[in-house]
Amino acid sequence: MPLYYDDDQAMLAETAQQFMAEEGAIAKQLRHWRDRDCKDGFGHGLWKQFAEMGFTGMLVGEDDGGLGMGHVEAGIVLENIGRNLTPSPFLSSSVLAATALKHGSDDLRGRWLPGLIEGEKVYTVAIDEGAKHRPETIACKAEKSGNGFKLSGKKDFVVYGASSEMIVVAARTSGSDSDADGITLFAVPQDASGMSHDSVRLVDSSMASHVTFEGVELDGDAVIGEVDGGREVLNAMLMAGRVGAAAEGVGVAQGAMDMTVDYLKQRKQFGKLIGEFQALQHRAAHLYSEVEIARAVTIKAAQLLDGGSEKADLMASVAKAKVAKAAGLAVKEGVQMHGGIGMTDEYDIGLYMKRDRALQEFLGDQYYHAGRVAEMSGY
Amino acid sequence: MSDLESFRVETREWLEANCPPEMREPVRDEGDVYWGGRNASFKNDAQKAWFEACREKGYTVPEWPKEYGGAGLSPAEGKVLRQEMARINARPPLSSFGIWMLGPALLHFGTEGQKQRFLNEIADGKIRWCQGYSEPGSGSDLVSMQTYGEDKGDHWIVNGQKIWTSYADEADWIFCLVRTDKQNKYQGITFMLFDMAGDGVSTKPIKLISGNSPFCETFMDDVKVPKSYGDDCPAYVGEINRGWDVAKYLLGHEREMISGAGGGDRTAAIGAAMKRNAGELDPVLRAELAQFDVDALSYAAMGEKFLDELKVGKGHPAQPNMMKYVGTELNKRRHELMMAAGGSRALEWESEETNGGKGARSWLRTKANSIEGGTSEVMLNVISKRILDLPGA
Repeated sequence: MPLYYDDDQAMLAETAQQFMAEEGAIAKQLRHWRDRDCKDGFGHGLWKQFAEMGFTGMLVGEDDGGLGMGHVEAGIVLENIGRNLTPSPFLSSSVLAATALKHGSDDLRGRWLPGLIEGEKVYTVAIDEGAKHRPETIACKAEKSGNGFKLSGKKDFVVYGASSEMIVVAARTSGSDSDADGITLFAVPQDASGMSHDSVRLVDSSMASHVTFEGVELDGDAVIGEVDGGREVLNAMLMAGRVGAAAEGVGVAQGAMDMTVDYLKQRKQFGKLIGEFQALQHRAAHLYSEVEIARAVTIKAAQLLDGGSEKADLMASVAKAKVAKAAGLAVKEGVQMHGGIGMTDEYDIGLYMKRDRALQEFLGDQYYHAGRVAEMSGY
Repeated sequence: MSDLESFRVETREWLEANCPPEMREPVRDEGDVYWGGRNASFKNDAQKAWFEACREKGYTVPEWPKEYGGAGLSPAEGKVLRQEMARINARPPLSSFGIWMLGPALLHFGTEGQKQRFLNEIADGKIRWCQGYSEPGSGSDLVSMQTYGEDKGDHWIVNGQKIWTSYADEADWIFCLVRTDKQNKYQGITFMLFDMAGDGVSTKPIKLISGNSPFCETFMDDVKVPKSYGDDCPAYVGEINRGWDVAKYLLGHEREMISGAGGGDRTAAIGAAMKRNAGELDPVLRAELAQFDVDALSYAAMGEKFLDELKVGKGHPAQPNMMKYVGTELNKRRHELMMAAGGSRALEWESEETNGGKGARSWLRTKANSIEGGTSEVMLNVISKRILDLPGA
């Protein structure tokens, strides 16, 4: 398979780019909801439009009413989300939760997928316990209770948690905290009693919850996949989410770079356009290279994931780490090259820096993933 | 089974039958690869057998048309062949600047007569070419070159000096930029082809910091270059005084080649190998290796994307400059890390264990990567101007 978009993908890219630039634009979405102190952190109207565009259920199988597309396609949507900083539950709902639900029973899929596909419902995932992403260790406990389970513990960085109708929770059903086995995934509905959210606004204006489970009673049919066999589903979800987050990061990097390169062609100092200065030209050219490479490895990882390759896990981490480096560079160079106005709230470049910061942490930062690359490579 | 899949099966079987086990070992020194030419000799029978099998099949230049010595493979088939060769670590059957550089220029700009003659000679490994571009006073500012060909009707008399001519001392012919109009900077250069065995051409190897001499100075002293080698076979590529167009086109290929976009060592992760060699790694070095591997594996994906796009005419025409910049900087970093992981053993300049100081010499050799074929700084200039469209660049 060649490493560029085929005709259908190129068409989707064009559609997604146009749609997001119009409907998902910074002024229309991010600033709009932020300046109104919206507690959801995103617009439900846009989510409905995502459904009309076919985005919400793009990864859902055709038998379940979705489009049965792959991660290259999801990445195309996410890159455009990133480019426009569009606040959206797409990554948490349509990539992460949807991937988990693929492993769910007919009943579970029938219960949750239609609402997602129609853009009526928003889902998320609860993985992290603590400020850093360490999914190898899961302490949150689900103990057998009658026909079901009783869930106790805490989860952090649950993106759009308070607005989500359902949360996929990774919990321990046997073994000790750092065991690979003994994990079970649950689809926990919003109204589950004993679940509480401490919802906070993050640096990028998105919302995330610290979620506490105090003896939350769950039916056996809330289990996604096999009891004690959740690690595999969790890994599938993480791979999909990491490749998706990388794709969004490519968009953030591209958006910040485009803004910056435009600015170099407009701003005059010393009687010249600042883009005439070689000191800035070389930095911009270096940045361009990094962003191109970040996109290439992200598409590569998505293709491997879609092809069910054994290398997908490694390349998902490579992509997440590489994008973090490239996007981090793009936003830092962006603010610096904009000079003073780059520090103002009025200019969008700072918004890119904020979104990048949040995206860097989501599902593991570059240090975590570089370390993972080393481990998987055997050193 | 699709055509491509059956081609893969056939290719695998053919390689299995024709690539000797000795030719599946990593390349240790330059003698491990056959470069062809009038004075070439094979290092061993396996090298000879492998070369001859590929030559018969058109696999020394698989994607060239059959009438010019290739196998006429499609881009997709070419990729399959490269993948299958990489899978068994097959060495290239023939390497040369003719394959990488002059060939593509002739395929693009050459006359039918030139293609028939020169491409077949390259594919068959008969003639070894070298490139005459840089001059002592013209490095990054290549277009300022002054080697001059005086027009004498049916021939030129060429005088001047080239530098950094790779393996000129072992080459048979040279493709050479010669000024044929002193008044016109860009449109006063002719891309000439001539035999180095003729009178007035001499070469002198340049010893580098690596201790090796892959480059030469090449002197032209009243060299007579006929304007034609026969029917439809002029001694210049493209038009007289329009050699800069050919040179620029070729630089794209050179940059692509130096970039290592085709894979191989330059795009491979090294952390695991460093640990095998060094035992325990210092934790900070381990972290650096991990960061390097992330960059290298990412660049490998970029190389794949770049080549895939190139085959179908997608991608920015100036993208080889980006590939060259990143690929060469990465290769330098790779060798810095290998030296660090290698410790004092890697310092040995002459020892059996280090295969004659191969690591240290390679480390030094890589410093030229970001200079030859256009410096990193020139690459960044080109990206600024042609891709980012920055003002005044």
